[in-house]
This record gives sequence, structure tokens and C-alpha cells, in this order.
Amino acid sequence: MNVWSAVLVLSAGCYLLKLLGLSIPAGLLDRPAVRRFAALAPVALLAALTALQTFGHGAHGLALDARALGLAAAGIALWRRAPFLVVVLVAVVATAAVRLLPG
Amino acid sequence: MIARQRNRQPASAPTAAPPPPVTDRTVVRDALGVGLAIGASGLAFGVAGVTAHLTVWQTCALSLLAFTGASQFALVAALAAGAAPMAGVAGALFLSVRNSLYGLRLGPRLELPRLLRPLAAQGVIDETTAVAMVQPDRRSTRIGFAVTAVSLYLTWNLTTLVGALGAGALGDSSRFGLDAAGPAVFLALLGPQLRAAGETRSVALLGAALALGASLVLPAGLPVLAAVAAVPIAGLLRGSRKSGSEEAS
Repeated sequence: MNVWSAVLVLSAGCYLLKLLGLSIPAGLLDRPAVRRFAALAPVALLAALTALQTFGHGAHGLALDARALGLAAAGIALWRRAPFLVVVLVAVVATAAVRLLPG
Repeated sequence: MIARQRNRQPASAPTAAPPPPVTDRTVVRDALGVGLAIGASGLAFGVAGVTAHLTVWQTCALSLLAFTGASQFALVAALAAGAAPMAGVAGALFLSVRNSLYGLRLGPRLELPRLLRPLAAQGVIDETTAVAMVQPDRRSTRIGFAVTAVSLYLTWNLTTLVGALGAGALGDSSRFGLDAAGPAVFLALLGPQLRAAGETRSVALLGAALALGASLVLPAGLPVLAAVAAVPIAGLLRGSRKSGSEEAS
């Protein structure tokens, strides 16, 4: 499966999930277990993606480097309720600044 | 004009200062504010797509067709990490299951004609739901949903194109610290959810730990999926703690 198929399969899947919610009677899916999964699965996935992209190194390695400090700075910006793009920018600038330090 | 004068305050208004009345104009203003501000984040997605070696067309197609930010970023991140495309798609789809639940809640509030539903469905995402669900009646719910959806769709796709075209000029992503943009995006998407009480934080920590552990052994793409196990595990832990404390008492 190439990149284009991934793009199109994801697009179709995302659209069908949206349409599903609008189309079926509420009682059918609106159960506590489904509600809990739909609320918490994104939390687990986003946390996993954050961690992997911050500490991942190569195929199977972990590393503590400039990215971790950049993310810590982004976390502070987020905690201070900075807008989305500002949070991302803080991470980029802080990471670049750490890399510029000698040694 | 008459529509704007509808009295939306409850008949027995409390003595405290009443909230400002909701007019079509205030709904449109709030919806545009959300649509334009969040839509600008498409810039980050455009850059992420092209630095992950998608073409400008593939990056724009995701914004036009998938149109749900977290899933788009997740697929791009998985492909950049060298994951099997199907594993990347699976993780991204897990992220968008929540849109189904948004639709369930929006459906009865919008009361859309059957023919309009396929069009409206593309707009069922975090931001449109957030704006629509706080409106006091059907008219403002529909206006809030439609204005947020259209303004966000147009801005998100425009800024995706600008970001994708601009990213080529930036070159190597680890120069300047651009490789920190990816995790910062996911952290920024996660942040608002961590403010909520309950088991959200333990699921986040468990998910991160599971993924990092799994990355030591599993091929790219699968560690992210392993994090989904955090949801049932947190549920079991909570269940056993509850029954444990009941036995102790």
C-alpha cells in the first residue's frame, strides 16, 4: 500500500465515522463503554505520539536530547494557555536554541 | 431583525447581571473567531506533511478529504517514522472515532434534513462541536456549526497549501529544531484534555509509557497502537482499586 492509498483510505474512514454519528439513532452507540473509549483512546494515542516523537531515536532507541527541552518549554506555554501555533513555535525555537549552545 | 429580538433569557431572570444575549451576530463572530484561529494551524500541518516526504498534493488531499487535524498529523507522523501505511491509518482512525460521538450529540440539536447530512458530516469535528453545543437554540446551533465549519475548512486548507509550499524551502527538519514541531503539535492537541478531571491523566501517562516500551521491540507504527491498551488497562486498575477499597471498608 503506497502513500496515496493511505491518504485515501484514511479520508474515506474519517468521513464515514463522521457520517455514522449524524445518521444513526443516538441510543445505538451512545453507551458508557463506547463513550469512554471514544474519549480516552485519543488521549492515549496523543500521549503516545508526543512521547515517541520526543524520545524516539532511530528504529528502536530512546534518547534524551534537545527535543525534550523544547517540549518542556512548549508544555509551559501550553500551561499558560498560549494558542496552538505559539506552543509549536516555542518548541521549535527552544529546541533550536539548545542546539546552538556550545558543547 | 425580529429574529434578533427573540428573548432568550429565562422568564425568571436572576437578580445578578444577565449574560449578554445571543444574537446571530454574536454567534457568527464567535464561530469565525474559532474557525480562523484554529484554521491557521493548517500551516503546521502543511509543513509536517512535506517534511514527512508526502507530496504537496498528498498533504493537501488529507486536509481536503480527511479534514480532522489530529488524525492527519498522526498519519503523517507514522509515515515519517517508516511505519507500514496500514498501521498508520489504523492509529489515525482510532483518533477520529470521537467524531462519531460528536455527530450523535449534534444530530438531534441540528435536526438536519436527510439530504444535507452527507454534506454536514464533513464538518463534524472538535471545534464545530464545541461552538455548536454551547448555543441556546436550534437556529444559533445551526449558524454556529455552519460558520465554524466553512471558515475552518477554507482556512485550514489554504494554510495547509501555504505550509506545504513553504516547507520545501526550509530543508532539513532537524535544522532549527523543526523536528520538535511534531511532538509539540500532539502535546498541544492533548493539553486541553489533561485539564479534565478523572482518569484522563493516568491514561495519558500509561499510553506514553506503553508506546515507549513497545518502541524498543515493535516495528514503527505499532507502538502507537499499543497505547490504545492503556484505556482498558486503566479501566481494570480503576475497577480493582474500587473493589479493593470496598473490601477494605
